[in-house]
Amino acid sequence: MIHIRLKQQLAAFTLDLDLTLPARGISAIVGPSGSGKTTLLRCIAGLERAEQAFIEVNGHCWQDSQRGLWLAPHKRALGYVFQEASLFDHLNVQANLNYGRHRSAEPASDQQATQIIELLGIAQLLQRSTSGLSGGERQRVGIARALLANPRLLLLDEPLTALDPQRKADILPYLERLHAELDMPLLYVSHSPDEVARLADHLVLLDNGTLRASGPLQTLLPRLDLPMAHSDDARSVLHGQVSACDDRYQLLELTLDGSPLQLRLPHSALPLGQRVRVAVQARDVSLALEKPQHSSVLNQLPAHIEAIEPGSHPAQALVRLALGDNVLLARLTRYSVDQLQLQPGLPVWVQIKAVALFD
Amino acid sequence: MSLPLDSADLAAIWLTLKLASLTTLVLLLIGTPLAWWLAHTRSRLKGPISALVALPLVLPPTVLGFYLLVALGPHGPIGALTQQLGLGTLAFSFSGLVIGSVCYSMPFVVQPIQNAFESIGKRPLEVAATLGASPLDRFFTVALPLARPGIITASVLGFAHTLGEFGVVLMIGGNIPERTRVVSVQIFNHVEAMDYASAHWLAGGVLICSFVILLLLNRRGRLTVMPGARR
Repeated sequence: MIHIRLKQQLAAFTLDLDLTLPARGISAIVGPSGSGKTTLLRCIAGLERAEQAFIEVNGHCWQDSQRGLWLAPHKRALGYVFQEASLFDHLNVQANLNYGRHRSAEPASDQQATQIIELLGIAQLLQRSTSGLSGGERQRVGIARALLANPRLLLLDEPLTALDPQRKADILPYLERLHAELDMPLLYVSHSPDEVARLADHLVLLDNGTLRASGPLQTLLPRLDLPMAHSDDARSVLHGQVSACDDRYQLLELTLDGSPLQLRLPHSALPLGQRVRVAVQARDVSLALEKPQHSSVLNQLPAHIEAIEPGSHPAQALVRLALGDNVLLARLTRYSVDQLQLQPGLPVWVQIKAVALFD
Repeated sequence: MSLPLDSADLAAIWLTLKLASLTTLVLLLIGTPLAWWLAHTRSRLKGPISALVALPLVLPPTVLGFYLLVALGPHGPIGALTQQLGLGTLAFSFSGLVIGSVCYSMPFVVQPIQNAFESIGKRPLEVAATLGASPLDRFFTVALPLARPGIITASVLGFAHTLGEFGVVLMIGGNIPERTRVVSVQIFNHVEAMDYASAHWLAGGVLICSFVILLLLNRRGRLTVMPGARR
């Protein structure tokens, strides 16, 4: 587990947090600009020294101001990937990769190093100078350099923000593979709801230096009291596994966790039993009181309403639905809610118009 | 045709090169940590120390030379110290010249290195820290290599500037053959003696040498033009 307690006076506000994060997987840190996300990472890394802090990562204590304990950043087994890749331009790619590895007390083994270099697709760049690399390549080298030191915690501060959309799309699959294959915990500061939906397991929401919410992604995204549900591209994330592939129509069938319900979506075949996550935008969900007949919509599933709240626009309402163990968010007009006399507890049929799959 | 330089001229050239090399070396050893401190400190002393370092840019060399002479002389604080240590006084000696040149050329070395350190910024050093490099390790493996262009500029400017120094040398070194008589002083001697031909050879040599140094530096695209720099 990762325990972080911080109190630090900043120019505009006080950063005051008490945070417990899972020992593995990606924890995304989100919040408006200037809510203290970067400062939080810098305090964890020791680049900034918080006045009062307790920082412990999987049993290793890095700072405990009550005991007067403070480790300098170079004594903390961590990796830090900044917004811009910050490669050392006087060293070539290989020497950049070796910089942290040679200084680590427990560096990655040769086999792990090969795997990491393979995973990030930079094997062909090793002898190149850093000046000839593209933005996406630089960032991948930066991530590999941090990983080769085999840190106990990897901190990423908006690693994709400086990249154009194409490079971003290129690098996201590498991050997804890291997520699937690495054991170490990642803290990922992001502004992009899309990145968060694809990568995060755990979500931390900061507001003005304080903790607004912290919990598993799929429970926090559809929470109606949090700003994510009210954003224009509000979405819910569902987990399931591949249960069938239809070659003739190029459709994939997923069985959702904790229910016999199945989702179908256009996608090339995947191995049966593979675990996947899918994202469903709230605007792509509609409701009906009876099972719709003769509809072109692929996915029609029984659910029941958990809560209804006014949306950000006066014409809209947000409806939270239970779909087996999963929670789904729907954005409807307030007119429809009244017409159908929707209310919490009511069984309904949901129609899902589009599903994005992240494998 | 034999070289129109006599043995006194050759001795002056040798002494000048020795002075400039030694001064540059001492300046790099003192100036690099000083530049590092100036680039990173938030101390209130930063302003006064920066001004002190830059002083030789605007001060007449005779003023600097005069105070150095007083300080190094038998009644000055440094002179008293060196006498107590059994070193005698440093005024009118080669060591005194080195001290004077170090003061005089200080801004030409400190400022390019300080600029280089400042333009690197904090980020590469923070990255190195998170990769496990201690502060000293970061200085030698990240800051110094990245500041290399600035350090080269500083060395060349420090060397070239010391070559051309006159006023400070005359004040604290005098005109002692093979000990303090450098090329610029020797040129002055030739002119005093109305030996314009010899003065031409030496002066032309210094002119061409300085021009070539600056040309080479400029070719590297790294000439740092210092505002207010003057001889």
